[in-house]
Amino acid sequence: MKRIYVNEKWCLGCHLCEYYCAFANSNIKNMVDALKDVTIRPRIKIEELQSISFAVSCRHCEEPLCVKGCISGALTIKDGVITIDKNKCVGCYTCVLSCPYGAVSPSDHGVMQKCELCTQNGGEPACVKGCINKAIVFEER
Amino acid sequence: MPINFIHPEYEVIRDFNKCIKCRVCERQCSNEVHKLDPDHNIMTADDSKCVCCHRCVSVCPTKALKIVKSDHTFKTNSNWMPETITEIYRQAESGGVLLSSMGNPKPFPVYWDKILINASQVTNPSIDPLREPMETKTFLGAKPNKIERDKDGRLINNLPPQLELTLPIMFSAMSYGSISYNAHESLARAARELGIYYNTGEGGLHEDFYQYGANTIVQVASGRFGVHKGYLDAAAAVEIKMGQGAKPGIGGHLPGTKIGSDISKTRMIPEGTDAISPAPHHDIYSIEDLRQLVYSLKEATEYKKPVIVKIAAVHNVAAIASGIARSGADIISIDGFRGGTGAAPTRIRDNVGIPIELALASVDERLRAEGIRGNVSLVIGGSVRSSTDVVKAIALGADAVYIGTAALIALGCHLCRSCHTGLCNWGIATQKAELVKRLNPEVGYTRLVNLITAWRHEITELMGCMGINSIEALKGNRLMLRGIGLNEKELEILGIKHAGE
Repeated sequence: MKRIYVNEKWCLGCHLCEYYCAFANSNIKNMVDALKDVTIRPRIKIEELQSISFAVSCRHCEEPLCVKGCISGALTIKDGVITIDKNKCVGCYTCVLSCPYGAVSPSDHGVMQKCELCTQNGGEPACVKGCINKAIVFEER
Repeated sequence: MPINFIHPEYEVIRDFNKCIKCRVCERQCSNEVHKLDPDHNIMTADDSKCVCCHRCVSVCPTKALKIVKSDHTFKTNSNWMPETITEIYRQAESGGVLLSSMGNPKPFPVYWDKILINASQVTNPSIDPLREPMETKTFLGAKPNKIERDKDGRLINNLPPQLELTLPIMFSAMSYGSISYNAHESLARAARELGIYYNTGEGGLHEDFYQYGANTIVQVASGRFGVHKGYLDAAAAVEIKMGQGAKPGIGGHLPGTKIGSDISKTRMIPEGTDAISPAPHHDIYSIEDLRQLVYSLKEATEYKKPVIVKIAAVHNVAAIASGIARSGADIISIDGFRGGTGAAPTRIRDNVGIPIELALASVDERLRAEGIRGNVSLVIGGSVRSSTDVVKAIALGADAVYIGTAALIALGCHLCRSCHTGLCNWGIATQKAELVKRLNPEVGYTRLVNLITAWRHEITELMGCMGINSIEALKGNRLMLRGIGLNEKELEILGIKHAGE
């Protein structure tokens, strides 16, 4: 299955992936309208310390702890992609606590959110498309 | 604080309606132009630090930025131009030689743009390169003067070593040091993929790049950096660098701050020491001396590799080339005054040397007149900007061209001409690890391959126009060229007729 991978060697820590992610998931057509004066809550986040930086998003684990721990059945895994049903999420934060990568986080609407590989947005994930140095790739490994 | 005489040359214009304050401009500017003002929650810019490299403009996701030339003015004066006045301010402050990078930007005539190419009509059919085979393969090296046969009448192979190129374009010499590891890797990989050559420049060959040896020309320059048996053996050809178009008669100086462990190892000099290339080779004061070095290198490589001698295009270039063609060199490469550099004294770069078009025409003419054109191949460089420049160069008599600046532009260079600061925002002319990584060779090499592939299409298209199906038939075919807006003397030197003749 194709997943998002980040090649740390080429990540520049420019944070553009975060903005492209937030834009893609905003359902607003214009990036300026979507992100101007907004504190973004991206599903991919840059981890950085001094000269090291890399983007982190959901690994779509084969045995996902978040799905195991979900008390309401909102998190499910289908064809390897872990998605969240916002109507079922009760906001208990179990998934946030159990994800070893910190890839699940609360959204603006109380329920949790996570990277769903842009399956709802069509085509290649926005972070991959927007990465200026081909550090983020979407491929089979 | 003393008076600051220098007004910023460029202004950063931000469309605040579009700015989403993602701060990518701030993070990506090595000159620290952009900053978020936390008190007012607004992006600010220090114009005085801007070098107009367009990194911020290119990465801004909402296209909220543009750079404009400041319209701040001095009192109008046709003699004392703003640039001249500013340069004096700079020198009055620093007491130093003005430094510049990349090629001569002054408004000297560009002869390529005053030459037009012919096309076939009616009596000699043009050729469609998409339907008919087109040959762009080129061989560089000395060609034998006569056919020799043994006593049984069989041909004796008396062909000196040749370089085989799929098309007559090579990447010119740019040292590891002047450009980054990733830029070198991009060039090396692209050369291999394209079946052409790249040139190490005078900085030695990084051990990681020995694998590209079959597509590598190694340079032996006045500093002799990184030259050893393995280096010569690794390459397809050896180039003796006598001069460089951007700074004829001047050596090189890579500051010690750029000599990190990798470069120190590759150049075979201690870490942190300045890498100084003397202006002359201290063992070459005549063509005879040059001949000794040519043959030393041939001995060292067992006569299996062509030896190139690179010179800058200067006033007596034809006579010098005539000497080199008799020195045993297989290829002469000539670098015009618009050739690029990682750093050169501004006055030298802008005032020394001659245009490559004139140098090429006069060298080709002289070597033909003396009957020694076959002794050598001619490679020219110094601002070959497009496929038409390549075609015009071949028709003027070149066997192949070197491209340097065009290749760097393909890698992202925006010709901000600030290489000498070592802060290249595009990861090309820098050794700072966090900047070098901005050039992903995977991306870089693809862009280079694309550029040359595009040029190949255009070259075959132009050849087809002229009814020529082999690049060999274009070589020195000056009847395919006409000058426009050139005077008698210029036409005479270029050896072409005026348009309409």
